[in-house]
Amino acid sequence: MTDTPIPESLPLEATQDLTQAPSAGPEVTEVRHGAFGVRGTGDTSGFGGLARTVEIPGSSPRPYGGWFDAAVDTLVEDLRGIGLAEALEKVVVDRGELTLFVRREHLTEVARLLRDDQDLRFELSLGVNGVHYPADKGRELHAVYHLMSVTHGRRVLRLEVTAPDADPNVPSLVSVYPTQDWHERETYDMFGIVFVGHPALARILLPNDWVGHPQRKDYPLGGVDVQFKGAVTPPPDRRRSYS
Amino acid sequence: MTSAIHAAPPDDLAAAEEFVATGGDWDEIAEELARRKEERIVVNMGPQHPSTHGVLRLILEMDGETVVETRVGLGFLHTGIEKTMEYRTWAQGSALATRMDYVASIMNEAGYCLAVEKLAGITDRIPERAQVIRVLMMELARVSSHLVCLGSAGNELGGTTLMTIAFREREQVLRFFEMVTGQRMNNAYLRPGGVAQDLPPGALDWLKGVYMSMVRGMDDFDNMVMMNPIWRSRTVGIGVLNLAACMALGITGPMVRATGLPLDLRKDKPYSGYENYDFEVCTADTSDVYGRYLVRSNEMRESMKIIAQCVDKLEAMGPGPVMIEDPAIAWPAKLEIGPDGQGQSAAHVKEIMSQSMESLIHHFKLVTEGFRVPAGQAFHAIEHAKGVYGVHVVSDGGTRPYRVHVREPSYNNLQSMAMLCNGGTISDVVVCLASIDPVMGGVDR
Repeated sequence: MTDTPIPESLPLEATQDLTQAPSAGPEVTEVRHGAFGVRGTGDTSGFGGLARTVEIPGSSPRPYGGWFDAAVDTLVEDLRGIGLAEALEKVVVDRGELTLFVRREHLTEVARLLRDDQDLRFELSLGVNGVHYPADKGRELHAVYHLMSVTHGRRVLRLEVTAPDADPNVPSLVSVYPTQDWHERETYDMFGIVFVGHPALARILLPNDWVGHPQRKDYPLGGVDVQFKGAVTPPPDRRRSYS
Repeated sequence: MTSAIHAAPPDDLAAAEEFVATGGDWDEIAEELARRKEERIVVNMGPQHPSTHGVLRLILEMDGETVVETRVGLGFLHTGIEKTMEYRTWAQGSALATRMDYVASIMNEAGYCLAVEKLAGITDRIPERAQVIRVLMMELARVSSHLVCLGSAGNELGGTTLMTIAFREREQVLRFFEMVTGQRMNNAYLRPGGVAQDLPPGALDWLKGVYMSMVRGMDDFDNMVMMNPIWRSRTVGIGVLNLAACMALGITGPMVRATGLPLDLRKDKPYSGYENYDFEVCTADTSDVYGRYLVRSNEMRESMKIIAQCVDKLEAMGPGPVMIEDPAIAWPAKLEIGPDGQGQSAAHVKEIMSQSMESLIHHFKLVTEGFRVPAGQAFHAIEHAKGVYGVHVVSDGGTRPYRVHVREPSYNNLQSMAMLCNGGTISDVVVCLASIDPVMGGVDR
């Protein structure tokens, strides 16, 4: 595995957008106002003025620590080799975990390199998970992949791609990891992310005629009021919450 | 011979006739098929079939006795656990995670709690005693899960005695769980930060009392099946799935260890202090159903070794905290056996009700609102009885998970059904399915 830093002599466009970017600090994805999730009623408590920002860890500076630097260098080198230097959007190291944000159009190539490069060898895919961030405009839908390298000490790496709600297409990884078949079907079922190139993208857990994608944040939990001794308890998604 | 309640078949199948068999009324169907001289039939097995381990539907296209194509229908047990978790506190998530794979419920809690602890950054602060209790409970759950797998496999091959032996020993595990957690299954005993409460007095002595009989029960089982010609003829060379196929399909757990790869996260990426225990990773090299059962059978004995070490450790270390010493996470109340046999610690009730208003507020906030977890995401994988159990948790900084996703080994391993069954006979379908050991509560979540 190569530990050498990226040579200075490379053309600028190949280096500028990659992993040399300084830390961007936490990214604010959402600002929430008020308390207890109360909306639209006259606020007499004074808590209506509360504002809470949701900050998620942003791009990380070098060095990442551990095996992360060498692995990212290897991947960057391989990506240059096939002329896709811009495939990597950003690198986030948080809580001892490495997350590679990949531009969705290049996901398949990145996954193939991660699987096949002898210094990376992430042979085992642990499926895909969707996350819906309605407040993150233009990047509402995230598909999150966890890959494990059986060859190199069972290390785990996370790939993340984003797609807007208006165009929820992400390339399918079934051609690289056949195990993705059911996992992508589940994520399609739950989030409506369309995995382009999947051999048979159908719902898997819900019936075929189900309307909507339940794990999206705009899909209600559902439930009915429950009456206890005359007092009525609303279902969990209509109770007050601590935003 | 009435037509079942199905949607109208597509046009090209409109001529195909449907038969429903619910018991032993096969003769009429066989006669009718013989009359038509039709060899190719589609058998719909399940969703309610005793050998489908819950509610699984198998759609088998048959050419005579041979399976040509296998399709799997899922979702009959989907209960939206992951969605429900988003509306409950981080601590309550344990009670939901435990209901996924209900045969090894403690392990689901472990995966969830370890992921939440990683996200909250408290992994290193879990008390030693809680760690050992967790390992003890996880290994008992592994034994229990493997016993169910082996016992029900034996039952499906016609050996009811095998099931009674396995379930007899599993009963001991469930009794211990009941003694410690109050419930036989769905325990919600492991919580983010530690475990719900310490072991009750006498529990370890009770476990030591049944230990040897459990090991003997495992020996009984082995003696009865592993060299048994009927068992061997039903399992050796059946349902072969080699290492390349396992890697491609993401198969983990006993199935991949039966191909010879010692993939066991307890050894490879130890969590909860597994590096402090002496045990072997069990493998086989046959890649078939027999190898998978051999791995499970040996693994149970290794688990018993770990359990014995846990008991020794717990006895040596004496009493101590079993929950993280962090007032922002650990509930202030301790449970105590009151005059009515249950209840809160009287001293704590006295403090919050008559001495300290701040204590009352803190108690109230922590119980109703829950603790906060910094925004971000974390993934933690453990070696579940069925394979790699990965939990991905996302927080927005609030008191409830923003998203929890479980990479369930049963769900993933079930994908191999077509590869195991196609080209085999219909009698092997049940054997192959049992060797995957899927639990539909975990598959469908």
